[in-house]
Order: sequence, then C-alpha cells, then structure tokens
Amino acid sequence: MEITPELIDYLQQLGRISLSEQEKEKTGKDLSTILGYIDKLNELDTEGVEPMSHAFGRTNVFREDTVTNDAMVEDILANAPESKDGAFLVPRTVE
Amino acid sequence: MRPEEIVRSSALEIGRKIKSGELTSVEATRAFLDKITSDNGKYNAFVTVCEDAVKEAELIDQKIARGELKGPLAGVPIAVKDNICTKGIRTTCSSRMLGNFIPPYDATVIKKLKAEGMVMIGKTNMDEFAMGSTTETSYFGPTYNPWGENRVPGGSSGGSAAAVAADNACIALGSDTGGSIRQPSSFCGVTGLKPTYGTVSRYGLVAFASSLDQIGPIGRDARDLAALFNIICGIDEKDQTSTETAPIDMDKLDSFDVKGLKIGLPEQYFGDGIDEDVKARVSEAVSFFESKGATVGKFSFPIADYAIPIYYIIACAEACSNLSRYDGIKYGYSPEGVDDLMDLYIRSRSEGFGMEVKRRIMLGNFVLSSGYYDAYYNKALRAKALIKEAFDKAFDEYDVIMGPVAPTTALKCGESLSDPLKMYLGDICTVLVNTVGLPAISVPCGFDGSGLPVGLQITGRHYSEGLLCSVASFYQKHTDHHTKRSSDR
Repeated sequence: MEITPELIDYLQQLGRISLSEQEKEKTGKDLSTILGYIDKLNELDTEGVEPMSHAFGRTNVFREDTVTNDAMVEDILANAPESKDGAFLVPRTVE
Repeated sequence: MRPEEIVRSSALEIGRKIKSGELTSVEATRAFLDKITSDNGKYNAFVTVCEDAVKEAELIDQKIARGELKGPLAGVPIAVKDNICTKGIRTTCSSRMLGNFIPPYDATVIKKLKAEGMVMIGKTNMDEFAMGSTTETSYFGPTYNPWGENRVPGGSSGGSAAAVAADNACIALGSDTGGSIRQPSSFCGVTGLKPTYGTVSRYGLVAFASSLDQIGPIGRDARDLAALFNIICGIDEKDQTSTETAPIDMDKLDSFDVKGLKIGLPEQYFGDGIDEDVKARVSEAVSFFESKGATVGKFSFPIADYAIPIYYIIACAEACSNLSRYDGIKYGYSPEGVDDLMDLYIRSRSEGFGMEVKRRIMLGNFVLSSGYYDAYYNKALRAKALIKEAFDKAFDEYDVIMGPVAPTTALKCGESLSDPLKMYLGDICTVLVNTVGLPAISVPCGFDGSGLPVGLQITGRHYSEGLLCSVASFYQKHTDHHTKRSSDR
C-alpha cells in the first residue's frame, strides 16, 4: 500500500492534526510498513461471514434519562481553558 | 511490623493484619509512601503520589475500629493507573493533553475501592492513552523495570506492574485493551488479570478502544487478584456494557485441584518467533500441571496469524473516534493565541498528543475512511466472528488455554520506539482475547537466561475468572516464582 503525501494530508485533515515535514515523512513510512503487514489479512477467507460487533450478543441497554449527579458546573468548568457565565468559551465562529 | 516487611506483604495479608490489630492502615500507607519516595527517581512508576493518603488512612482506621469496614482489603493501600478518573486528583493518561486534568468525579471502580476502605497511594505511569507496550510513550518519561538495568516494564500498565514488582505497592489497578495488564505483569514478574469484558465497569476509564478496554487487578498473587476483582466487579448503570457477575468464591479457590483439568496448547504460540527461554519456562509450567493430574492437548489455532492486523484495525478505528473529544475547549491542553476554531482544534491536538497517539489516530481514520472501510474495518469485524468461532471450538474441548504472555521477556529501552510494527508484533499472544471479550491471567513461571521474568498466560471461557485465579493460585501454592524480588539477587 503506497502512502502518498496527498493521503497523509487527507488523514491529517480527518484527524485534525498537523504534522511537521519530518513527521510526515516518518509517518508515511511507518503507515506503509504497518499497512503492508495488515494487508496479510487479505489472505483470510471471510466470504459469507457477517461482521460481528459485540462478541457475546449484548444488545441495547436502556435506562430512564434522569439526572442523578449533583450540580457540578463549577467543577467541570474548572478544567476548561476558558469559560464565561457558566459556559465554555470558544473563538468566534460566525463573522 | 517493620516497614520492610509491610511492603513485601500481599494485599490480603496486610488486610488481615489491619483487621487483627497487628498493623494500622496508617502504618501500611506510610510504609508504601516512603518506599515510593525513595524509589520513584529510579523507576518512575508513579505520575502522581497521593501525599494526603495518610489522612485518608487515619479515617479508615477509625472506621475499621468502629466496625464500619469489614472487607478483606479494608485499609490496604493501592496504586491506580493514571487513566482511571479520580475526583480531585489529576488524571493525565500520561499525556500532555490531560496534564492538567482534574476529574470532577470518581470512576465506578474508585467508588468501589473507597467503599471497601482501600487507600489510594498514587497514580501510575503508562503509555500515553494506553497506546504502547513499553511505557516509553509517556509524556512524563519512561518507567523502568526493577528486574533489569535499562529494561522496559512492558505496557501500557507498566507503572502499575513495576510498582508492585518494586514493592512500591502491594496491589494495583491497570487496564487491558490488547494485553496492557498481562504483558507488563509478565515483564515485571507479577500476576495480572484481564477480566471478562463487562464484568468491571468502564465508567470513568479514559476511553481508548471501547469494545476492548477492561479494568483489572495487578498484584503479588492470584488470591489478591481474586479479592480485588470481587470488590470492583458488578453491573453499573453508568456502563451499558457492564454485566452482573458472581464474585469469586475464595474457599472454592483455596480448595481447587487441577486434577482432571483439560488444558489446550495452541501450536502457534509455541512456534517460530517465540523466544526459546520463554517456550521452555511455559512448557515447564504446563508439565507441572500435567504432573498434578491435568490433561494436556495441542491444537492448531491458525487465526493467531491474523491477530495483529485484526486487533490494530479495530483498536485504532475506535481510538480515532474516542479521541476526537479532545478539542482544546472542554478540558485538557489548549494552546495560546489561536486564530480561529479550526486552529484551536488542530494546534491543541498536534501539540497535546505524542507521536504514537497521532499515528494511531491516522491509522484509525484510514481504515474507517470511505473507499477503505470495507477492505479494512469491515473485514476485521468479519474476522472477529472467526476468532470467536476458533475460541468456541477450543473451549468445546479444553477448560483453559495456556501459552506465553509475550514472545520475549522485557525488551531493552528504546528498542521498539523507532519501529512501531516491531512493538505491535510483540502483542501477538495477548490481543485476540480482547477482541472477543475473554478473561486471561498472567502468572510468573520462571526466568530467562538473563534473569528476567517469564509469564504464563491462562485463558478461559467468558466469566471464568474464578477458574483462572484458582488454577493460578494452585500453581503458586506449589511454586515460588511469584515471591521472588529483583532486590534479592
């Protein structure tokens, strides 16, 4: 599997990550080696096998949507880099 | 009891002595805190040490005296991996991203430890976001293996395993997504249990790959693991994947006999690529069980050849989704002087995550991206059904499966950092059980030619942690590998 600079750029964009030129080169090589090995999976015949999500058959589990925790707005906002009037503060998004 | 004796004791021994009045929780807690203070510069097993633990212990001693706490581990000090949220105590995941994160709540397992009256002495080092097998990807520097100069402790729960091995803790919590409890336990000569998926709530465990992640105990012996498992297991309405579990019956565990136990050995775990010393020690352990009346059979397990591709596709796919929550807004690392929202996202993530985490996010996005989804992610989910089939078939015939935990003993520091594929391949024996939620235990079974510990892995059916701990405990009653310390040499 060839990892082109375009693919690296696309993956950076999907992951909201920006790599330095040096990191891009190393990552390209690493991904190429890793995917080269992962491609071994093509040898495994999975024809007619259904994809499996949960291994022992759990399905949806529901509960009432009731508030059980105390009000902890202050504790939660204490971890925010910036907050104002009980809300997270973000850079302007609409001009 | 002298502090040197306290720190070498098992968790149940300490619990028993506290109950009988021979020891107080304060004395035990102080002994471990002092040991950490003198050792942490050397091993770096802890990211955060809980200096206030003695005050906690004082309160617990009072409660024990009043008869309010009666559990087997009441008053016993414990170390906790730093990806488990602890209210008011920094939880970093060994990442710059969470370097300043103070959780506003306790993980369910932490609530359970507190209800038992256990005392948390510190948060242990790990690979960043549990991504790694050496504890070298930590933002806070690597942890070192007490068993060898310049040797890794394994990972990702390397801090927890090294802490127990160096008598910095008598018992610890770790987490296992692809071997992260078992492999460091093997490298550090301690005992570690990866429980059945769902038996221990993941609420408050910082998510890596949610279908694989499982919290479990690391300790001196299988009895301690069973005792701690009984405290942390159980259904939790805050984790919809959690299940009701019967606690392990300690009396049954103690009277267990391996006579008639059917042991299966997958040929692929005794073939090429596994160190000769590792094979020899594991085979000796198997022979021991045979000599005590167990029956042993070999079987072919060809799905093992695809373990690494299947695991890394699923783990990275889930990781890239889980880690999309780190945006520099709600908590965690956030850079100064950003231009706009996109700049905030990109710079927070680029500066906050280390290289291994970025690599896995990119790999995950690749296997999920349109055009590749079917060939990689869906293919891995189909293969997962085949793994289930292969294990079901093996367990039709055998009660437990035995093999090595890892193909090697502890690697030299720095060896695998530059070659990620090499590091991934070291997970060959551990990752499959996570994909189908099975329990497995890592038990010390001797040493290689350089004096480094070797681990025996015992895997069982879903919900068989009682059997796994019983088999391991039977072995430990008749052998002394688990009692050895690096400091005795």
